Amino acid sequence: MSGTKKDIISQLQKDILQWEGYRPPPVGTRELVGLGPVEAAFPNGVFPLGTVHELVCANTEQAAACGGFVSGLLSVLMQNGGACLWISLSGKVFPGALKTFGIEPDRVIFVNLAKDKEVLWVMEEALKCAGLAAVIGELREVDFKQSRRLQLAVEQSRVTGFIFRNRSDKMGSTACAARWKIKSLPSEPVDGLPGLGFPRWQVDLLRVRNGQPGNWIIEWSEGKFRSVEKQVLEQQQLMVG
Amino acid sequence: MEKRFMAIWFRHLTTDWLTLQQPDLKDVPFVFVAPERNRIVITAANPVAEAQGVYRGMAAADAKAITTDLQILDHIPGKEEKLLRQLGLWCIRYTPVVVIDMPNGLILDISGCAHLWGGERGYLKEIVHKLRTSGYDARAAIADTIGTAWAVARYGKTTPIIPAGEQAQALLNLPPMALRLDPVVLEKLQKLGFTTVRSFMQIPRTVLRRRFGEGLLLRLAQVLGLEEEILMPLVPPAPYTERLPCLEPVSTKKAIEIAIQKLLETLCLRLQNEGKGIRKAILKCYRIDGKIVQAGISTNRGSHSVSHLFKLFELQISKIEPALGIELFLLEAPKVEDIDPIQEKLWAGKPGLQDATLAELLDKLAGKVGANAIHRYLPAEHNWPERSVKQAASLMETPDTKWRTDRSRPVRMLRRPERIEVMALLPDYPPKVFTYKGRRHVVEKADGPERIEREWWRDQGEHRDYYAVEDADGQRYWLFRSGHYDAEPQWYLHGFFA
Repeated sequence: MSGTKKDIISQLQKDILQWEGYRPPPVGTRELVGLGPVEAAFPNGVFPLGTVHELVCANTEQAAACGGFVSGLLSVLMQNGGACLWISLSGKVFPGALKTFGIEPDRVIFVNLAKDKEVLWVMEEALKCAGLAAVIGELREVDFKQSRRLQLAVEQSRVTGFIFRNRSDKMGSTACAARWKIKSLPSEPVDGLPGLGFPRWQVDLLRVRNGQPGNWIIEWSEGKFRSVEKQVLEQQQLMVG
Repeated sequence: MEKRFMAIWFRHLTTDWLTLQQPDLKDVPFVFVAPERNRIVITAANPVAEAQGVYRGMAAADAKAITTDLQILDHIPGKEEKLLRQLGLWCIRYTPVVVIDMPNGLILDISGCAHLWGGERGYLKEIVHKLRTSGYDARAAIADTIGTAWAVARYGKTTPIIPAGEQAQALLNLPPMALRLDPVVLEKLQKLGFTTVRSFMQIPRTVLRRRFGEGLLLRLAQVLGLEEEILMPLVPPAPYTERLPCLEPVSTKKAIEIAIQKLLETLCLRLQNEGKGIRKAILKCYRIDGKIVQAGISTNRGSHSVSHLFKLFELQISKIEPALGIELFLLEAPKVEDIDPIQEKLWAGKPGLQDATLAELLDKLAGKVGANAIHRYLPAEHNWPERSVKQAASLMETPDTKWRTDRSRPVRMLRRPERIEVMALLPDYPPKVFTYKGRRHVVEKADGPERIEREWWRDQGEHRDYYAVEDADGQRYWLFRSGHYDAEPQWYLHGFFA
């Protein structure tokens, strides 16, 4: 009896997801973006594409970390030759660095704007364009209504959107599928050599629609994401074994 | 098609203009004068002065003797041309080909235009009436050739409209001056007693050539339409142009939308048949107050899709100010390019920069936020960080060198490096501590230095020694020291690593 109840509830949850414009990916897709354990936090254990993600970046350092992290995700999204649009208020993104994260920088179109209102307009228009792989928008603030508009735009086109929010003092709810916070962490020396190691981040998933928030340590090395804890665990297991 | 021309003669071009500027001069005799061979000669006289016997070419002193209250003003060089240009641009609402005829006329190629105003009589009446009410004393005539129209406008006494093929009859009673001849030839003709064109028209060509030279024969042939005259239009007509005159002046947004839609439909159909697409289009709106307002669009790749181009224009409609009303819409496509319709279908499904929907999106964005805000970058073969990327000229341009990954570069780079305070131990060591925007960062790890020399053939200055550093919180920065380590080295922060 309880089994059927559970079934009904899970079916209802799935329906609600669908009504919210959240389409489940085809069965069998795993590790879409190579984020490893992070992807398990999402419903069905699959990183939601075709939705809008929001990243909180309080300062330029965090914005740089977010830029690196999102570029890593984009490298997968743009794998088949797709293009993406990067709308920024500052215009400080350096295209030459994106290649490190596996993107062809010449397939990124940058739009430099001055006002949030313009960014939102451009972002909404861009998210409606199915010819793009992803759209990144840097904003000061976004409210629920605005994020809902963006969400409605992606439901048609299945483009993935990323919002960088600069103001972190007020954090109202939004219609985004997930809220991330990326912070730089001290890197580990590679092979004991002095100097900087691979970029390493503290990835906080503050909010996930129908998923489990959590935090992880992720490193970008040799062209892909690597979860650090997992490796540490493996090492511990090896030592025990 | 039969050619028809209209010549407009402004009898008092400059004086009319001045009267418009200073209405109190209306009843005062005044003249413009300019020095000529040590004399002050009248270049233009207003109707009041003319009525008192002052004429063009008279010495100013003589004129002063005739009319004591004559006002003498200096001739403004180049004014005629400026005025004619303005009037000519205004006339474009009647025909696309308008030619300035110095010093006081305009020539309009009106072939196929007059029926829109209910025939040539209505057309001529409309133009002359409009010019006269706006203060210019104009006379006009229509004929098969420029020469005849010119002659009849100035010397004609009966009808201003010469029916097709009747140039010869119209000219018979006109004086030889009507043929636009050299003063020398005119003098000769006068001396020999030729007072009308009739008197020498029937003389054999060889005789005329021997007596008066080739010039007279050429002019005669031009007047009669045996020889064609080459015109230099005021505004060279764009090869892809559509016109839409309005029955009544329009001023509402809806009406402008309909006009754009109609123009685009005809133009795009034509482009489609020729396999071309618009890269740049300009909509010119001729208002009834004589001003022209225009709105332009440009696309990233040639397009002849009415719906797409209309969307681009839709964003511009708010910039069109109709004032009292727009009476003519002109859609020009100054830049078109070949497009292959079959290929377009092939590309449509391909993601990436070739995608047609992306090009349309960018056109739309450019229309709203301006094309200057949209950039795409390609690698450039420069080590200097600011020059290591260059802007792509078009969406289709591919990189000619590879993107480099051998050196680490920051994800965010400041446009101008910002000064920081540092504490560095020794020459060529990375800083131990630095202060940026009032915050102290203790450097834990560092890479470098990476020396980047200045491109001396481009600019002067010090080289830079770059360090990638990581502070205690794990935030990574790109710092550099400008120049060598000396007494007071200058340190800058240039970027933020991911």
